[in-house]
Amino acid sequence: MRYFAFFILLMGLWLLFTFRVEADSLIVGGICAAVTTAIFGKYFQVRVRCLLEPARYFWAFLYLFIFSWECLKANLDVAYRVLHPKLPINPGIVKIKLNIQSDIGRAMLANSITMTPGTITVDIVEDHIFIHWIYVSTTDPEVYSKKICGRFETYIRRIFE
Amino acid sequence: MNETIGLILISVGVLFDLFGCLGLVRFPDVYNRLQSATKCVTLGTWCILLGVFVCYGFTEIGVKALISIPLLFFAATVAAHSLARGAYHYGFRLWGKSAVDEYEKEVKQMEAGMDNTEGAASGDASGSA
Repeated sequence: MRYFAFFILLMGLWLLFTFRVEADSLIVGGICAAVTTAIFGKYFQVRVRCLLEPARYFWAFLYLFIFSWECLKANLDVAYRVLHPKLPINPGIVKIKLNIQSDIGRAMLANSITMTPGTITVDIVEDHIFIHWIYVSTTDPEVYSKKICGRFETYIRRIFE
Repeated sequence: MNETIGLILISVGVLFDLFGCLGLVRFPDVYNRLQSATKCVTLGTWCILLGVFVCYGFTEIGVKALISIPLLFFAATVAAHSLARGAYHYGFRLWGKSAVDEYEKEVKQMEAGMDNTEGAASGDASGSA
């Protein structure tokens, strides 16, 4: 079942990429998707039942907007720091505890953190995530955990768990 | 009309790409440079792709530009993460004026755990020497 869902996803991606429905492109796409599924299918660790729950898509849609807004803010922030003649940076690596268990949720959280204001995920060790932060404004773990992860954690948990 | 919006988006994208490259030159160390390289350049490229999509609509070109956006998102973030981690493990320390570094301890622990057996052997050697 899992392999089948993966195959369907790949096939959909192929159809979007080629953007035409003809026998030859369908055959090539089918063969490519089948080979990819055979090789990488075992890494596709998503429960198929979860793919069919509409609530997850609703939260993902909402998350997209929040994420875009944060991303835009991040860019204006970095652009400001780049253009400022005095280069107002105060970098450092901080450690934050994760509250998300699933691997895919963690990966998405790390990716989101990388794209938001002044933060890059450096590593995940067991339950802690290490983040390079371009302007360390506080060294209190409670405060910066909330500042960096707080916006996303609830959404990610609703989408992926 | 669509073409105008698309052109504006592309211009904004090119501008952000320029800021990203400026940051690459101006910031002091690897990690800060990665910040500007991932954020500004990724958003700049998204803007360019979106502009292409707006120009062409739901045609072959437009849809390709649109699905490149999530692919770019994953590629850029994963690349930034692995570059930062690789640089740190290779031995590039943070900029001299950095505020905190909580990763250092962890890396030392990891390295100690990794070459435990070798460490014991070399320890003996240095002891005897």
